[in-house]
Amino acid sequence: MKEAELNRIRADFPNLGCQVHGHPLAYLDNAATTMKPRQVIEAITNHYRAETANVHRGLHHLSVLATKKYEGAREKVVRFINAGSEQEIIFTRGTTEAINLAASSYGGHLLKPGDEILVSQMEHHSNIVPWQLVCQSRGLRLKVIPMDESGQLRLDRFRELLTERVRLVALVYTSNALGTINPVEQIIEEAHGMGAVVLLDAAQTIAHLEVDVQELDCDFLAFSGHKMFGPTGIGVLYGKENLLEQMPPYQGGGEMISQVTFAKTTYNALPYKFEAGTPPIAQAIGLGAAIDYIESIGFAQISEHEELLRVHASAQLARIPGLRIIGTAARKAAICAFSLEEIHPHDLGTFLDQRGIAVRTGHHCAQPVLDFFGLPATTRASFSVYNSLQEVDLLAAAIEEARSFFL
Amino acid sequence: MKVESNKEMAELYQAVILDHYKNPRNFRKMDEQTCSHQGFNPLCGDRLEVYLKIGQGNSTIEDISFEGEGCAIFKASASLMTEALKGKNIAAAEQLFEEFRRLLLKQLDPDREPHHLGKLKVFSGIWQFPVRTKCASLAWHTMKAALEGKTGQTKTE
Ligand SMILES: Cc1ncc(COP(=O)(O)O)c(C=O)c1O
Repeated sequence: MKEAELNRIRADFPNLGCQVHGHPLAYLDNAATTMKPRQVIEAITNHYRAETANVHRGLHHLSVLATKKYEGAREKVVRFINAGSEQEIIFTRGTTEAINLAASSYGGHLLKPGDEILVSQMEHHSNIVPWQLVCQSRGLRLKVIPMDESGQLRLDRFRELLTERVRLVALVYTSNALGTINPVEQIIEEAHGMGAVVLLDAAQTIAHLEVDVQELDCDFLAFSGHKMFGPTGIGVLYGKENLLEQMPPYQGGGEMISQVTFAKTTYNALPYKFEAGTPPIAQAIGLGAAIDYIESIGFAQISEHEELLRVHASAQLARIPGLRIIGTAARKAAICAFSLEEIHPHDLGTFLDQRGIAVRTGHHCAQPVLDFFGLPATTRASFSVYNSLQEVDLLAAAIEEARSFFL
Repeated sequence: MKVESNKEMAELYQAVILDHYKNPRNFRKMDEQTCSHQGFNPLCGDRLEVYLKIGQGNSTIEDISFEGEGCAIFKASASLMTEALKGKNIAAAEQLFEEFRRLLLKQLDPDREPHHLGKLKVFSGIWQFPVRTKCASLAWHTMKAALEGKTGQTKTE
């Protein structure tokens, strides 16, 4: 990406220009959440400033306007991930709620005691705990696909585990703790071969790679708005229509019903069956604006720039004595987790923060990953399209300084 | 080696803290312990075990040691705690914990109020790093739990 283009993109993000402890911010915690461009901020503000109304339940002017924008956001999601129709797009609070919905409604009703669910060893807690809960209540069994030392899925073990008892595979597309991009196409094909459905956790993929649910042929896909330049409080569960049709509602309330009497209640059609109560309207509109924003840059440019950042960061970090990169899969996103000799990530994180460099330290909500590598925590730099190679250099230089400070 | 460190950094990681982090004192398992306790901070993975030897009938901390893994603030705090408590009686140890707790929250100004903190004053800058105060207090909470439970090795969290 040309420098002028990068600067143009950066200028869209007001928060990127701030100072932290007297230094210009270097925001390298994009896997936690991304910054928001003014286009998204304006879309949200505009809803509250000029178009406030509830959706689907008013015939007055503002309600019609808000409904149009809200449903317009859903249409954008359909196009963005190439879903079959609006019926397949359920708005949720985020990835976590999307997975909980699938676990509780699909896992809790369409799976039978003794059925098995496969997850991988590199899942985020949000793709572990909902399945554990449903396993407990329904008598299902959870099995774990191991990974190797580089943070790659053990496909050989996957094939051993994939028996006809396995009815569902819930897999992270891109690992937030390691950066590994899993071979989801292959997993889906093989799982389908055994008659199992596949849910993909695309929280770390959606802003970085083009996702086409029909081409992937995944059965469910979950992601969050706030990791793709959109607001918090909104996410998506994509589900194949025939599956969603068979699933009972997740929560009860307004919006999700067709008719209510004390004798019997009938449910609304898809996707509203799964959207009880007043939805996150401004957030959905913000998500729509975020999709527009991503499309205005284009995945070709995003991927190219992020690959540059990844390669540069890997090289710069690998040169630092005692630094060990955690997650060295052949196919990786621009996420670099590492340990640095005896220096605890929290000390390093504080040191970097004092230089305006924001990274994540801890277990990244993926404790099994850290257990596998025998570490209590790692430090993680995660990049987005607005990061620069100079920020990578700043990070590497500050880590070198931290070494001499602490060792 | 040149380190361009700013004021807050230097205040948080004072020389005493870095020294105790790199060379923790009383960093060992104790066989003749009278009580011990494990502490764990699930947020950052800091974990330790504190061992105490309380004198028969005189409630004096005759010996105190610890083992564990964690960040610099945590390790230095545990190390300095063992130095500060060795030879003290239990009531004095509890009073010191209370003073230390107030120091971390900036409720005690060591320059204006009488106190017994001694070297522990090096933690006076930590209130500027609210997420790190738990690192400094973990060893103390664990020590207190050991004293209260006397025996046993339950986890604090
Ligand atoms: C891989 C992965 N899955 C799920 C989540 C959960 O997303 P949210 O907290 O937005 O629900 C995250 C976010 O940290 C993630 O990185």
